[in-house]
Amino acid sequence: MATQTTSSSLAARSNVLLVLLKARTFIALIIVFAYFAFFAPNFLSTANMVIMSKHVALNAFLAIGMTFVIVSGGIDLSVGSIVGLCGMVTGYLLLNGIDVGLGWSIQFNTFEICLLVILVGVGIGAINGFLITKLNVAPFIATLGTLYVARGAAMLSSDGRTFPNLNGNPEYGSHTFRWIGSGEILWVPVSIWMLIAVGLLAAYIAKRTPLGRHIYAVGGNERAAGLSGIKVNRTKYFVYIFSGFCAALVGIIISSQLVAAHPATGNTFELNAIAAAVLGGTSMSGGRGKIGGTIIGAFVIGVLSDGLVMMGVSSFWQTVIKGLVIIAAVVIDQAQQKVQARVALQAQSAIGK
Amino acid sequence: MSHSIGLSIRNGTKVYPGTVALDKADFDLYMGAVNVLVGENGAGKSTMMKVIAGVEQLTSGEISMEGDIIQLRNTDDAAKRGIGIVFQELNLFPNMTVAENIFIAREKTRGGIDIDTEAQERETRALMEQLEQDIDPNDLVGDLRVGQQQIVEIAKSLAQNARILILDEPTSALSAAEVEILFRVIADLKRKGVGIVYISHRLEELIQIGDYITVLRDGVITGSRSMDGVDVDWIVRNMIGDSGKDFAKEIEHPFGGEIFHAENVSLGNSAGGLTVDNVSLSLRAGEILGVYGLMGAGRSEFLECVIGRHPHATGNMFIDGEPLVEKSVSARIGRGLALIPEDRKNDGLVQILSIRENMTLSSLHKFTRGFDMNLRLEKETVADFVKSMTVKIASPEHAVSSLSGGNQQKVVISKALMTNPKVLLMDEPSRGIDIGAKAEVFRVMRKLAADGLGIIFVTSDLEEVLSLSDRILVMSNGRITGDFTHDTATNTGLVEASAIGHTPLNNNKELA
Repeated sequence: MATQTTSSSLAARSNVLLVLLKARTFIALIIVFAYFAFFAPNFLSTANMVIMSKHVALNAFLAIGMTFVIVSGGIDLSVGSIVGLCGMVTGYLLLNGIDVGLGWSIQFNTFEICLLVILVGVGIGAINGFLITKLNVAPFIATLGTLYVARGAAMLSSDGRTFPNLNGNPEYGSHTFRWIGSGEILWVPVSIWMLIAVGLLAAYIAKRTPLGRHIYAVGGNERAAGLSGIKVNRTKYFVYIFSGFCAALVGIIISSQLVAAHPATGNTFELNAIAAAVLGGTSMSGGRGKIGGTIIGAFVIGVLSDGLVMMGVSSFWQTVIKGLVIIAAVVIDQAQQKVQARVALQAQSAIGK
Repeated sequence: MSHSIGLSIRNGTKVYPGTVALDKADFDLYMGAVNVLVGENGAGKSTMMKVIAGVEQLTSGEISMEGDIIQLRNTDDAAKRGIGIVFQELNLFPNMTVAENIFIAREKTRGGIDIDTEAQERETRALMEQLEQDIDPNDLVGDLRVGQQQIVEIAKSLAQNARILILDEPTSALSAAEVEILFRVIADLKRKGVGIVYISHRLEELIQIGDYITVLRDGVITGSRSMDGVDVDWIVRNMIGDSGKDFAKEIEHPFGGEIFHAENVSLGNSAGGLTVDNVSLSLRAGEILGVYGLMGAGRSEFLECVIGRHPHATGNMFIDGEPLVEKSVSARIGRGLALIPEDRKNDGLVQILSIRENMTLSSLHKFTRGFDMNLRLEKETVADFVKSMTVKIASPEHAVSSLSGGNQQKVVISKALMTNPKVLLMDEPSRGIDIGAKAEVFRVMRKLAADGLGIIFVTSDLEEVLSLSDRILVMSNGRITGDFTHDTATNTGLVEASAIGHTPLNNNKELA
């Protein structure tokens, strides 16, 4: 009897611990937020909230796409470059349209431009998928390759110069382009609405569609997934295409916000996206991760860096702190896995008797 | 026969959080003899061996060697006292050579820096001679057969002058020929006075090789004696309490029409030969077709050809008389085929996903309208299967890795059945699961056949294939070398057919 009561109280304690560990990113966000609300002047002002959320949104888009890729057992290093290239394509189309020769050119309205740019992002994602599934290139290498190619292409598109004054032209219907980056609906920036839409879509895919389940299965055990009748290659194509799609959105939003497109935009964005995903509990070995966790992870990173700036902490220290937070997140994640396995085993051995 | 006792456990108790794995166990290990250890999965065999090998420590109780009470804090302690263990799952590096593997972490060096490759090779060669094995020290372990890898593991223990050698299910992946070699090695070691602990699920094998037997049930030792006069009945009685759990009983039921038909299925291998060589067979609804053969006979590969894992396989297949033209696994599952793979861990389950997610992996479309999955329906279906398959689980949301082998197998079978197959392909369905779970799996197979499913099951266990099958095919070297009905099949007939090997075949029967 005595052993039974101790083991059940032990189990109860593990359960509480597990809940705390699972909510760790959220708890971290609250702590970080409360800290800056208290110590950083103007942190809670509406203006700051809007700016901060816009910053966070950019990383969150990429991180959502990255989460799917990592859950499927891969990695996408090319997203930062896709952001840069898509920004340049946006700028080029706004300024020049497409030259069809004989002095003619086709001009596009805002919607058409967005569609074409998204097509570019999706296309690079598809190339990643092709390299990884059909040519059997390791995801790290394949996307490292496209990282360089896309960045180089962005530089070539303007000889390294910036496309300035992307105000659009009312005659072509592209003057609404700036609205994407600076407009608001119901006092909330457009990019945040877009993030909500993409986030909900991704969470829905992950949770309630066969496609989502397939992504987790492929990341967890590719062989078993294949033998269970899952189309592994199709699933992989999807995650890289979706990641490219997210990156294209970021490219459009940034060039609209800045009213300019610079070919170096998006440099090292992929690392922030990976960091947000990992902070949100995504396992680098695949099969585990949540969209909600990733978005919270992106907020932790965003709030942390903006808050530190407002407190006047040097950018060198900011980098160090960001690194420490990521390491801490992974260490705690390991602890959670252990506790989780223990709780499951305890429950299992309890019914085994 | 009298053997000296090399190691004893007295009152050994090991408690894990929430469970007592070993309860006041008294165990004597005799030197120069094979000490057989048997029990269902989770009975505490592995725990006891881990204690002896220094991997785990006793919660209470003591271990003594030659009269002295000793402490084994880690594997190094155990190795210093001459205790070596060969785990069920091999701990070898496939990318390194045999010699490198044997001396891993104890490399022979000159001055502590430079590895003395020649000395390592010399000693490895000597060890291989001692074991009568023709394995080159410079071969990559990954290129060796599983049986040879097992020998390398044993050599690794011997290189550390092991006086006590623990073998945890060494034959589970071996062919009959390799088992024979292993038994010769064991006999040789015995003569040299090495005390061997031998764990296995194959009862006949235990009786054949053992000198002493210890039976465990739920952490308690239920029987311990010399092997003289021990029979399978005695072992089973001590293992599961009463002799009630028998293998599935025959339920007579009529067969339906031909449900599956394969014609000249062949699969090439990298060496230019054929792994599956012109296999043709026919299966009727409600029939259990046993495919007997040794490891590497091409049985598993044939099933994989059927399910569509090998796109290069040739030959024609028909389901219900309709040709099977689909190439992909998912399309073939759609046509009514389902495979229960041999390697549960790597091919059958996604370990980190939950029990529920694993079970429904092949049949998600059933719960989906358009894009949207009906999670409630999924949960209900899983609950139904958990009940009908008697899977013992605390919650379907736990990771499937928390289950025992038998319960994991039931999850894999549930996954296959959820697709409503017409033909069930089962590859070694009883591998690595305990007797209780085995009997339940067999009962399920019988019931499915009675419901009109066609079952092809592959096994290397004679007793299993004889008691379960309506018809038995024997495969050897990629070909079908024997065709028996339930009445004509005999132990010797099957074994002889399975040994037909490299010579050109003249008794290869063409099956319509």
